[in-house]
Amino acid sequence: MAEAAHGSARQIKVLYFAGLRETRGDPEEVVSTAAGTPAALYRELAARHGFPAVPEGMKVAVNDEIADWQTALASGDTVVFLTPFGGGR
Amino acid sequence: MRFALSSAPLDPAALARDTHRSAAGALVTFEGWIRDHNEGRGVTALEYEAYGPLAQAEGERIALAAEERFDVEAVRCVHRVGRLVVGEIAVWVGASAAHREAAFGACSYVIDEVKARVPIWKKEHYADGSSKWTAPGRPAPAARGT
Repeated sequence: MAEAAHGSARQIKVLYFAGLRETRGDPEEVVSTAAGTPAALYRELAARHGFPAVPEGMKVAVNDEIADWQTALASGDTVVFLTPFGGGR
Repeated sequence: MRFALSSAPLDPAALARDTHRSAAGALVTFEGWIRDHNEGRGVTALEYEAYGPLAQAEGERIALAAEERFDVEAVRCVHRVGRLVVGEIAVWVGASAAHREAAFGACSYVIDEVKARVPIWKKEHYADGSSKWTAPGRPAPAARGT
């Protein structure tokens, strides 16, 4: 990846829930990544762990609040990818 | 605390008492129960998994918003996490108010918002031994519940 320049690696903690947790086989991991946004991070992790392409309705949280997919990530951030939840009527 | 996650069974009578106020002439509650079927399949158990910190914060914001939007005395909501079997209560919502219209409105608002905004995932375990994480938003031919 072009953005994977030397010295740009961030340490990001990723928490997994539900289907992603089962696919990953672990509830959390710390990744060293050059990804600068949740969108780029998800692409990287999806390729590594075999996650599905971003499902319709998936959201992302950074540091325990819903965030934009293009939010700038910083070392030490905690990221959660939220596959669709809830429902029922 | 207006919203809580619970790994222990819910006590609706105790929750109702906690939600009632002496100024309230109305107490409206909603109970979401584990049902023995969904979309034509027999269901034996459900597993709820929450992203705790965000679920707690979002649930609290929803209950607080309900207290601001409706003329109510108190709003409470508790959602179970973990494995539940058919016949258990998965979610409880209560709203007390001087008059019933506000209590009905707040109760309905809270359950709708919780379903849409609180990150709690649900895995259905079926009578045939299989299981799957459910995804919302798909139109279903039959009425769907909790």
